[in-house]
Amino acid sequence: MIGDAVFKGEKDMPEMPVTIGKMNDNKTGGWRNIAPVINIDKCSGCMICWKFCPDVSIQIVAELPVINYDYCKGCGICSVECPKNAIEMVVEDK
Amino acid sequence: MKTVLTGNYAVSYGAKLAGVQVIAAYPITPQTQIVEKLSEMCAKGELNARYMNVESEHSALAACIGASATGARAFTATSSHGLAYMHELLHWTSRARLPIVMANVNRAMGPGWNVWVDQNDSLSQRDTGWMQVYCKDNQEVIDSIIMAYKISEKVLLPTMINLDAFVLSHTSEPVEIPEVEKVKEFLPSYSPEIRLDIDDPRTFGTLAGPEVYSEFQYKIQKSMEDAETVIKDTCADFKDFFGRSYGMVEAYKLDDADEVIIATSTMAETAATAADRLRSGGVKVGVLRIRYLRPFPAEEIYGLIKGKKRVIILDRNISFGAQGIFCQEVRAGVYGRPCAPDIYGYILGLGGRDVTPDKIINIYKDIKTSSDSAKRMYWGDIKL
Repeated sequence: MIGDAVFKGEKDMPEMPVTIGKMNDNKTGGWRNIAPVINIDKCSGCMICWKFCPDVSIQIVAELPVINYDYCKGCGICSVECPKNAIEMVVEDK
Repeated sequence: MKTVLTGNYAVSYGAKLAGVQVIAAYPITPQTQIVEKLSEMCAKGELNARYMNVESEHSALAACIGASATGARAFTATSSHGLAYMHELLHWTSRARLPIVMANVNRAMGPGWNVWVDQNDSLSQRDTGWMQVYCKDNQEVIDSIIMAYKISEKVLLPTMINLDAFVLSHTSEPVEIPEVEKVKEFLPSYSPEIRLDIDDPRTFGTLAGPEVYSEFQYKIQKSMEDAETVIKDTCADFKDFFGRSYGMVEAYKLDDADEVIIATSTMAETAATAADRLRSGGVKVGVLRIRYLRPFPAEEIYGLIKGKKRVIILDRNISFGAQGIFCQEVRAGVYGRPCAPDIYGYILGLGGRDVTPDKIINIYKDIKTSSDSAKRMYWGDIKL
C-alpha cells in the first residue's frame, strides 16, 4: 500500500484496493538503477524525449527538457530516442 | 401490461428500467439484438445513457469498469467467445468491487463453431468472483436484471444474468414489463462511498502486497456469503412490489418426492414436464432448479434433497476429464452430510441439442436399470 496507512486486520481496510493519496505520492524514482543525464549543449529543444517519456518525468522549462528524478525509473527510452545523442544513461551509486 | 418480448429484448427493457447510465458492448450472435435495442433506445432519447461503441468485448468491460468506478450504473452484454475475451476484466470487476451487471446469452464454445445453447461459456468464468444467475423464462430475465442491480450495489460484487441461446434469446413470450415508477422506488439510485472523482484524487486498483492481499480476498468471500441473505431479502422485496417470486433455487413438487431431478435454465422447465408425466405413471418425482451458481446455495440444496432416494443432475456443460459442473457443485455441497442421496450425473443438450421430456424420462428409466451412482457421469443423449 502507498502512504503511511497501517492495517491491523480486514475491518480497518476499505472494500477495494484504493489509496487515500494520489499516484503522485508514489515516488517511483527509487526504482532507478541508471539515470538519464542531459548534455544541454547538444540539446536542440526538439522535445522528442518529452513526448516519449512513458512516465511523464520530463518537463519542459524555458523550452529545454528537465528530468524529474522523483519519478524517472531510468528506462532509457529518452536516451535512445534523442536525435542529437544528448542524453547519456549513467549508473547511479546509491 | 403484458408485452410479447424475446429474451434479448427482455434484457434490453430490463436494463432500461434499471436506469443504466453507461452501456458499452460489442455485438455477437446470439446477443446482438440486446445491444441493438439499447442503442436504438439511446438514439431515440428514450434512455438517457451514454452508449459506447467499442472495438472488442475486452474494451467493453474495461469501459464499464471505468464508468462504474465513477459511480455510474454500467451495463454490458455478451455471449460465448465474447465472454471468454472479457476474462481478465471479469476478475478486475469483482476485485475492484464494482456492481456491474451483464447479460450473457449461454452459447457453445468453438470449434466446432456453434451458436446454440450450452453453458460452458459462463461456467468457465465460475471463479472470477461474479454472482451468476440462470433464467428459465423471459419474465425471469427482465426481473433478474432489475434485481441484480439492487443486489450487486449492496454486496459490491458484479452479477451475470444468463439466458439460453435461442431457446430464450430469440423466442417470444408474454412478459409483464414492470412500471417505471415502481422500479424507481424498488431500485434507488446508486451512490458509492468511494468513487473515482477528479476533485478528490485517489489511486484505484493500487498495489496490494502480501501484507494486505489475503484480507481483500477474505472480504470478497465474506460478501459472497452475505449475498445469500441480500438475495433472499431482495427477492422478498421484489415479490412485495411486483408479485412475482424468486429465490436462489426453485422447488417443483419436492415435498412428497422420492426422487429429484436437478436442472438449470430452460431445461428445468422441460424436467418439470417430464416429472408430471412420470407422476401420472405413479412415481413421485420432483424437480429442483438451481438459479444461482454463485453464491452457491449448497445449504438450501442439501435441505431439499437430504433423505431422498435418488437425485439425477442434468448438465448442459462439461468439465473435460471430470464431470458436469453443476453435478460437481452439488456433490461437493452435500459430501459427507448425513442422509445425502445417491447422485447420478448426466450430460446432455450440448451445443443446442434439443432436450425433450422424453429424453429426460429415458434417463430416469436408465438409472433404474443400469446406472451406478459411484460413476462420475453418464452421457444422456450421445449417438454411439
